[in-house]
Amino acid sequence: MNALRTAVADGVTITRRNVLKIRRAPDLLGGVITLPIVIVLLFAYVFGSMIELPGMSYAEYLIPGIFVQSIVMSGQITGYTLTQDLQKGVFDRFRTLPMAPSAVLVGQTVGDIVMNVTSIATMALMGLVVGWRVHTAPHEAALGFLLLLLFAYAFSWVTATVALALRKPEVFNNIVTTVTMPLVFLSNAYVDTTRLPGPLQAVAEWNPVSVVIQAVRELFGNTSAAMPAPEAWPLRHAVPAAVLWSLLLLVVFAPLATRLYGRAVSR
Amino acid sequence: MPPAITAEGLVKKYGDVVALDGMDLSVPEGTVFGLLGPNGAGKTTTARILTTLLKPDAGRATVAGFDVVTDAPRLRARIGASGQYAAVDDHLTGAENLEMVGRLYHLGTRRSRQRARELLERFDLTGAADRPVQGYSGGMRRRLDLAGALVADPPVLFLDEPTTGLDPRARAGLWDVISELVAGGTTVLLTTQYLEEADRLADTIAVVDHGRVIALGTADELKDDLGGDRVEVAVTGAADLEAVRRALAPLAAGEMRVDAAALRLTVPVADGAASLTAALGRLAAEGVTVRDAGLRRPTLDEVFLSLTGNRAAEPAEPAEIEEYSR
Repeated sequence: MNALRTAVADGVTITRRNVLKIRRAPDLLGGVITLPIVIVLLFAYVFGSMIELPGMSYAEYLIPGIFVQSIVMSGQITGYTLTQDLQKGVFDRFRTLPMAPSAVLVGQTVGDIVMNVTSIATMALMGLVVGWRVHTAPHEAALGFLLLLLFAYAFSWVTATVALALRKPEVFNNIVTTVTMPLVFLSNAYVDTTRLPGPLQAVAEWNPVSVVIQAVRELFGNTSAAMPAPEAWPLRHAVPAAVLWSLLLLVVFAPLATRLYGRAVSR
Repeated sequence: MPPAITAEGLVKKYGDVVALDGMDLSVPEGTVFGLLGPNGAGKTTTARILTTLLKPDAGRATVAGFDVVTDAPRLRARIGASGQYAAVDDHLTGAENLEMVGRLYHLGTRRSRQRARELLERFDLTGAADRPVQGYSGGMRRRLDLAGALVADPPVLFLDEPTTGLDPRARAGLWDVISELVAGGTTVLLTTQYLEEADRLADTIAVVDHGRVIALGTADELKDDLGGDRVEVAVTGAADLEAVRRALAPLAAGEMRVDAAALRLTVPVADGAASLTAALGRLAAEGVTVRDAGLRRPTLDEVFLSLTGNRAAEPAEPAEIEEYSR
């Protein structure tokens, strides 16, 4: 078998393992389904009743932000699962097998797409319940969902890298929560970035989370002409910028995670 | 026939701590080689280098003719490894675990499935084959982990403390399984801290301490090195100990050992059973009452302690500390 075919076959084997694990671990999948439901309801009704936006309902503005927030949160599962496998010696077994070294991380991240699809579908349904609508052509909406999945996949590699660097599940959880909270809240997920003070505004406008949110708002038609238009470059070209951000994360973190995986037990 | 496993001058350092300090090994094909040593002696580090999980800082090693560093991918196709932490997936069933390993050895789907069933039957896990591993007992998990190491029928098998943490019954069960394997001609490198395990399973034992081999031989040879038979006498009162010592002094072929707390006295003797008869005669003539008397060989425990000293208080090697804290 040549190297590429081996890599693909092994990747498929590990992906199948991870999908089986997701199906059998109701706690993981439960978190991915119930948390978005709770968040959509809380934000739509608590904030939605207080925040007035010119020309559109808060639910319409909010749901794309919640999509991306959930992606950032369920992306942590990728890293968490890796730290657990590391702890249990599963990787030791894998690394004594004649398999492609790339397969473990590829299988993990690809398997986690299942989780993200479930989470995004749940949120879309909840969004429809609280008044979120798609106003664009089907192909644009489809592109919106694809963009969400691309960003989710890229973000999985980020958490994988952090996990393999930190190695311990508890440490990973602490650090990753500390990092992702500002990532989500220093964005346009809940508030209009033009109202943030100067330096914070710059951070929020270049934040990949903001860029992806702006892109899917445009692709789903959840924008209003009455809202102040963002001036920062990434937000004015949100769709290509979101794709670029996702690819950049992949290009940086996929090789980094792969290298860390090689070293994870070699010490 | 070339040896199945060789190691020459392996060195591995963790910062200032030297885990391996010139480890040499040679394991003939079809034999069981036991690496015996206290925690931190370098057993696990050796096993991890030989299974390609670690790279040595110096020295070289081969397994099944392949170099552990330069030929790692081909080497991996020829070995099976089972560790002290049963590396099985909790959410997968026993059958799914083994099928996955088969696919990763590139046996193909059908062969992987067939092999999984064979091994589940052989390891007495057929009843639990389609249950998630989560519900398995410790012994069942170890058996499954060991089965995983056998999926590709590898000529060389590494068992790193295969029974650590198991209850005595599960341990005995696993020993039976390993004995059968060996009868089939597989070369096995076994690391253990249980002397009984090495005594029972290994053809050759290497006693390891401070990262190198300090004694090598069969269990019998190691015991002979420590001296031959000994007569052991237990008495009922402390006052009798001195009487026994005086009575048996002429028979002693070496230094007598008196364990006052256990009311027990050990005398190295030269003539085996004849010495025991002589000892009992002398004790009867002196009128000393004994609680128990017998002839025995040195145990591997005694060999081990005399070779390594009491090292219980010393720190474990970093790899092991790391593992314990995980």
